[in-house]
Amino acid sequence: MRILVNGVWRESGAAGLDLVLTELGYQDAVVSTAVNGEFVATGARAHTQLADGDRVEVLAPMQGG
Amino acid sequence: MLQLYETRVSSRLLLGTARYPSPAVLAEAVRASRTEIVTVSLRRESGAERSGQAFWSLVRDLGVRVLPNTAGCHSVKEAVTTAHMAREVFGTPWIKLEVIGEDDTLQPDVFGLTEAARILSQEGFEVFPYTTEDLVVAERLLAAGCRVLMPWGAPIGSGRGLNNLLGLRALRAHFPEVPLIIDAGVGVPSHAAQALELGCDAVLINTAVAQAGKPVAMAAAFAQAVEAGRAAWEAGPIEPRDFAAPSTPVIGTAFRR
Repeated sequence: MRILVNGVWRESGAAGLDLVLTELGYQDAVVSTAVNGEFVATGARAHTQLADGDRVEVLAPMQGG
Repeated sequence: MLQLYETRVSSRLLLGTARYPSPAVLAEAVRASRTEIVTVSLRRESGAERSGQAFWSLVRDLGVRVLPNTAGCHSVKEAVTTAHMAREVFGTPWIKLEVIGEDDTLQPDVFGLTEAARILSQEGFEVFPYTTEDLVVAERLLAAGCRVLMPWGAPIGSGRGLNNLLGLRALRAHFPEVPLIIDAGVGVPSHAAQALELGCDAVLINTAVAQAGKPVAMAAAFAQAVEAGRAAWEAGPIEPRDFAAPSTPVIGTAFRR
């Protein structure tokens, strides 16, 4: 399955958003997620199934004005 | 004390956390500014680099409140989704709502802004809208549920100070009870003092401190300016006039008939 993570195409064997995040190295990181422009809360990641072509955003705290 | 929604703070200076020469200088500048609120943002995180994690750890150690922004959002949808993501990560209902309408000036899309403010206010967010000094827009934002306004002084990062004094005075006069925080364009401490002198409640500074030759010293200078400006406003500044008015009494002047 090919998914677009933060603007980069990735191959993933996992379907659940939580598993994809672990696969990509985000375990224990303070991040927030969105799929296809919709916010997905931490508690909802396990039952959020991704499909081919989905767009995933993984955001973290950053400097801001 | 300054009340922002249910929160009361002593400092009338808010500090942005971007564009400092190093994290250590940022931390020192925050302390020197005596601010109680810093702005933060959300950006794409790499699973390999995890640069956001160190930043978040640094900010938490500063012991100040955070005001997350929706910087970079150009639509209502983007801003609302970013606000949801920020609320989860930062654990605060506060959101500095930015919906950018024009890339050269970074001026707000006030139509998208009011719509996003309405949605987020209904969802329980405490919205700090980055807006212009326009009175009608301000009224719409308040009707949408905002209880703080953040009018720009000048375009973000421009350092030009308060471009429309008349407009800001009118905003202050029309909404005397609404906290006004000048959000953008402040370049030097005198601009900040001027904002407070004309009755604005606080200023948010980022570039003017972060990009100064000595950011920590500049942060301290802004802290003094904001305190002086507020004290001046409370002391009741005189009205400007067009002609001279002698300050020394004229009665008893020598060499006059």
